[in-house]
Amino acid sequence: MKTEARPSVGAALERVEGVEKVTGRARYAYENFPDELAYAVPVQATVARGTVLAADVDAVVRLPGVIAAVWHGNAPRLAPADNAELAVLQSDRVSYRGQYVAVVVAETLQCAREAARLLRIDYDAEPHDVELRADHPEMYRPDRVNAGYPADTELGDPDAALAAAPVLVDATYRTPAEHNNPMEPHATVAVWSGDGLTLHDSTQGVSALRETIAPLFGMPPENVRVISPHVGGGFGSKGAALPPVVLAALAAKHAGRPVKLAVTRQQMFAVTGYRTPTIQRVRLGADTGGRLTAIVHEAFEQSSRLREFAEQTTTPTRVMYAAPDRRTAHRLVRLDVPTPAWMRAPGEAPGMFALESAMDELAVACGIDPVELRIRNEPAAEPESGLPFSSRNLVACLREGARRFGWAGRDPTPAARTRGRMLVGTGVAASTYPVYRRPSRASARCDPDDRFTVRIAAADIGTGARTILTQVAADALRVTPDRVRVEVGDTALPAASLAGGSAGTASWGTAVVRACEALLEELDRRGGDVPAEGLEATADTAEEVGEQPEYARHAFGAQFAEVGVDLDTGEARVLRLLGVFAAGRIVNPVTARSQFVGGMTMGMSMALLEESVMDHEFGDYLNHDLAQYHVPTAMDLPDVQAYWIEEDDPHLNPLGAKGIGEIGIVGTAAAVANAVHHATGVRVRDLPIRLDKLVR
Amino acid sequence: MRVSLTVNGRHRTADDVWEGESLLYVLRERLGLPGSKNACEQGECGSCTVYLDGLPVCACLVAAGQAESREVRTVEGLAGDGRLDPVQEAFTECGAVQCGFCTPGLVVQAHDLLNRTPRPTDAQIREALAGNLCRCTGYEKILDAVRLAATRKAATP
Repeated sequence: MKTEARPSVGAALERVEGVEKVTGRARYAYENFPDELAYAVPVQATVARGTVLAADVDAVVRLPGVIAAVWHGNAPRLAPADNAELAVLQSDRVSYRGQYVAVVVAETLQCAREAARLLRIDYDAEPHDVELRADHPEMYRPDRVNAGYPADTELGDPDAALAAAPVLVDATYRTPAEHNNPMEPHATVAVWSGDGLTLHDSTQGVSALRETIAPLFGMPPENVRVISPHVGGGFGSKGAALPPVVLAALAAKHAGRPVKLAVTRQQMFAVTGYRTPTIQRVRLGADTGGRLTAIVHEAFEQSSRLREFAEQTTTPTRVMYAAPDRRTAHRLVRLDVPTPAWMRAPGEAPGMFALESAMDELAVACGIDPVELRIRNEPAAEPESGLPFSSRNLVACLREGARRFGWAGRDPTPAARTRGRMLVGTGVAASTYPVYRRPSRASARCDPDDRFTVRIAAADIGTGARTILTQVAADALRVTPDRVRVEVGDTALPAASLAGGSAGTASWGTAVVRACEALLEELDRRGGDVPAEGLEATADTAEEVGEQPEYARHAFGAQFAEVGVDLDTGEARVLRLLGVFAAGRIVNPVTARSQFVGGMTMGMSMALLEESVMDHEFGDYLNHDLAQYHVPTAMDLPDVQAYWIEEDDPHLNPLGAKGIGEIGIVGTAAAVANAVHHATGVRVRDLPIRLDKLVR
Repeated sequence: MRVSLTVNGRHRTADDVWEGESLLYVLRERLGLPGSKNACEQGECGSCTVYLDGLPVCACLVAAGQAESREVRTVEGLAGDGRLDPVQEAFTECGAVQCGFCTPGLVVQAHDLLNRTPRPTDAQIREALAGNLCRCTGYEKILDAVRLAATRKAATP
């Protein structure tokens, strides 16, 4: 029954769920309709800090169509959680404006909305503090930052090295709060039956969500089923459990009815996470030839009162360039603000804006080409750990990108080129993103009709995971992909890590390969005979992932941007964006290109458009919809190209693949800002680059 | 109130519709047609684009009552006789589909563009799709898909 097939990995297999999506048949979380369904609408705090004194729930439950109104006074009790954000309706404290303080369940959405609007809540408001300042007296050093990195690192004597450096760059950069804004708002349909809970939820990880939700409701994980076959994007915001899913489960429990709860676009700005604003000071010391002698990168960020989320903003600086004396640091302040969380390349995206802008400033100060400057500072091993790189092709990306972009012969003089009524300039920046791999399980099954089914509780949030796992399985089974069906997005399948940290392909791919290998072995033992009831094998990669030898594993890239700045209005537009990436083996060139281009587009958007504006008076984000929070349209980026250098890296995983979901956004904003400086002579150090920062 | 309309060629009726209810809500929650997506509910993102009497509209901005006795065509009604429309076919082939949430609206909008302008320029495509937000793709592959669909439609009169 075994057949040899041409390798599927590396081929442009069409997205396996494409037809379902173009015909409108793909079902997303909110599109489930259990019997007796009711609608839940949350009520959000209208003060940024204080206590809830009373909620007139009795008045609204008398309204026709209203089934229940829940606040902390009558809410089902939840078990204590490590993450206080998930203690939904468990206390009278208000920690940020927009926090859930009640929920109304009704027969129709309209009825629930109107009742939620009418529900009178009395607060005892207290003065709030929602402004991030680097000199905030409550700034502190967190024990660890996101992904488990140490908050601070230091090698040598960076202060002495900076004082002695012939060339010094000392600049402060700011990045604003940004909201992920996946096209599908977060949504849950929660159904209780007896002791069991089923959640149709828009999530980046069904297994992780189950592990979080079950103990809150005092249940073993197996009593919770999470189903999530299609997810309308996440970009990190659907990674960890958030208040909405807890509120939906709690409302359904209290009301004794299945409920559906969709977060509206406006509500998303308070309750579904965001990228923390940052203030970053970068100091670079170098000799006159541009060789770095010292690097100091310090970041100041915010989190909420409820949860410490410290973004790992300066960690890429630990990886990028050689210099003997160096320091990185993170400082955090807890404010009366919503809790920040993961947004595509948390840490790397804002951190590399600062570092790669500073490198451009150094190139200008030394009179050295910015591509050449980066090549001169290429380290032989990972600068802080001293570990060898499993593979590092930043220099190759810079050279290949420069060739494709037409960088050679660039006149570095700023504000020296016009095209029509535009000042034109070009800029470059490097990209990097770590390679993660997490334990996962998978099963592989063969039926007597010689068809294979691979099951893994992975998530396809638009990345193409279902498609590339089909290719990976086909190769491992040595069959054509049309004989393989991959099932994802359900806790009834073998547990898997969540879609985050660009680790899906490496983590799930390893589990799928091992399950397929085990199935082939079992088939071999049986001389190739498939029993009538089929044959199944499973794999768990916990041991394999835990035992990998120590290497510095990172993807790298180079981004080149050409911008035009309107001479009359100061409006900056990206005319051309070109990226070259080295991310191991590319499993599917079509889905991979989309990941790179999509990331680069979000990076362009970070440079020019995206900014969540905090209203200091009231403590919420002012521009909380897509009319005011700008994301790119088809008109905003006329030319974006992504290329890659194939790497043969034996130290990664059976696929030889590094992650590609996030690196595309890393460095883009710096490339654009550097191009704006080249075009205009104006160095914009606070994103986004709006026209008021360019018109003098 | 009762709303009667034609959806994808079939006569449909929805009862107990509240006067403020949107066409999108009626399609998704009452008529079993959740293909059109609700992503902003205020006409900014285009994910709910449907035809109303042959013109593309944001279904979230049309009151259900306004659709009384009129003809609606949604993404579910584009494929005919078990065959995908060339726009749908091109979207899957070109890799223009990622998370899929903007896809139904974009497919309807592109379908309308090619009906009005069979051989659009790139500028015309970008302009026609500028009201449909996509957060995944960067639009490049969506443009490829519209170009491919235009070529195929021109080849098969």
